[in-house]
Amino acid sequence: MKQRCAVLGIGQTHHAAKRGDLSMSGLVREAALRALEDAGMTFDEIDAVVMGKAPDFFEGVMTPELYLADALGAAGKPVFRVHTAGSVGGSTAIYAAHLITSGIHKRVLTIAWEKQSESNAMWALSPKYPFSPPTTAGAGGYFAPFVRAYIEFTGAPEHIGWQVAYKDRIHALKNPYAHLQMPDITIDMVKNSPVLWDPIRYLETCPSSDGAGAMILVSEDVAEASGKKVAWVHGTANRTEAILYPRRNQVLPRAGSDCAKALYKEAGITDPKREIDTAEIYVPFAWFEPMWLENIGLADANDGWKMVDAGDTMLGGRQPINPSGGVLSSNPIGASGMLRFLEAAHQVRGTAGEHQVEGAKKALGHAYGGGSQYFAMWIVGAEKP
Amino acid sequence: MSEATKPVVKDVTTMAAPVSLKFRARAGKDLSRFLRGMKERRIVGRVCPSCNYVYVPPRGACPTCGCPMGDERVLPETGTITTFCIVNIPFEGQKLKPPYVCASVLLDGADVALFHLVGGCDVNDVRMGMRVRAEWVDEADAELSLETIRYFVPTGEPDRPLAQIREHI
Repeated sequence: MKQRCAVLGIGQTHHAAKRGDLSMSGLVREAALRALEDAGMTFDEIDAVVMGKAPDFFEGVMTPELYLADALGAAGKPVFRVHTAGSVGGSTAIYAAHLITSGIHKRVLTIAWEKQSESNAMWALSPKYPFSPPTTAGAGGYFAPFVRAYIEFTGAPEHIGWQVAYKDRIHALKNPYAHLQMPDITIDMVKNSPVLWDPIRYLETCPSSDGAGAMILVSEDVAEASGKKVAWVHGTANRTEAILYPRRNQVLPRAGSDCAKALYKEAGITDPKREIDTAEIYVPFAWFEPMWLENIGLADANDGWKMVDAGDTMLGGRQPINPSGGVLSSNPIGASGMLRFLEAAHQVRGTAGEHQVEGAKKALGHAYGGGSQYFAMWIVGAEKP
Repeated sequence: MSEATKPVVKDVTTMAAPVSLKFRARAGKDLSRFLRGMKERRIVGRVCPSCNYVYVPPRGACPTCGCPMGDERVLPETGTITTFCIVNIPFEGQKLKPPYVCASVLLDGADVALFHLVGGCDVNDVRMGMRVRAEWVDEADAELSLETIRYFVPTGEPDRPLAQIREHI
């Protein structure tokens, strides 16, 4: 029988363009030690470690989980590595949760990270493929055509992108861990920033960050014995699809909507627009906020941008999206999904600090990766499922 | 410790360690047939015998049905831009000088769009639905590569309505 799983400890690094004070080992350790401290535990009590990061070729260090095991107190313990491109932080947390729900382990450390200052993701995502013209230009080059299609097909006004970019940077000011701290940000600054991949502007784009996020996931008995407030896992879902096939909808991918449907079913959610108090969704380019709102059923078709326009997604709005500042404010790629998941857990524990959504009882964490191919989502709640 | 035996201390925090990888790419038999067509400046797609979708470049098996691909079909060199991006950003290893346009081009008669370059017009004149044709390199420069199409250029025909292209983004 499926066991309950709870988030007992949460930790993350102070994300920055360059954490020159830390090696990769130091980076993962900063997040792991904070999660352990939050859980009131030590490395000795951990049964297994589940680690994730984006492709190894970003930093050029292959299978880093092997050498990072020492820094994470994992020598002699089961160590697992998860690979699902940009969604990996989410998939990693889900895999760790399954080690608990299956009854295999009782205390699992899950961690995801990226050290972008020691890599060049723009270069890594712009290879010259054999037999092909040089059409690759980073993640922005890949996603800009789909953003254009969303704008064209929904008739959304261009200020929607500016507004999401502004909102997430305002939210980040309430999150001391967020990389971008832009107290002077205005909508005009976003509007006047250069267009990098038309139609995507510079300030509508996520930064490159060094950072890590970690959680201690535990079984029901361990959660109860701790006497601490925990976030309960109500549901998890992963879905994937191929990158190219006829009539593939890359604006609203089927894997994303199927994943959300499976998630809501498992979590017993029938009306996600009302039952989910807040969501942390993976928005590396501002326009993905309205796109994903529609894809996962938090907005009706063609209505995602209207939800943004109405201010519903701001802190204090009807359904705040990315109160932490999101990927637009911190993007340690591999960790970005984990940060979405752990921020959702913070919200339902009531430990989000200044960016707390008042009275949040159910929160959704979302991550995507590849060419909008890999989706990972979970719902956490203040009460037991 | 005497001065002479004291270790030299230097504050090293990072070390650049360049790595490189040389590899030889094999196109495989299905893509090779397409590439030989390119060298003759012909676009050779293939048809799935089960769903009848036309793939270009062709694949060995249909990604929709999973069955082996069927007959070859020579496609016209005309098509429609379904969506695109204007690249303004410079980056390491870039082969072209910004700004330039990368576009999904749905060739007439094909069921999947090709991702290629657009030329022969101002980048700001490119539109979704714009009709284009392949601009080939000179015969002597034709290679076993999709780059034998230099880029796609506007034909000047009326645009296709968005409703007709929205499934081919």
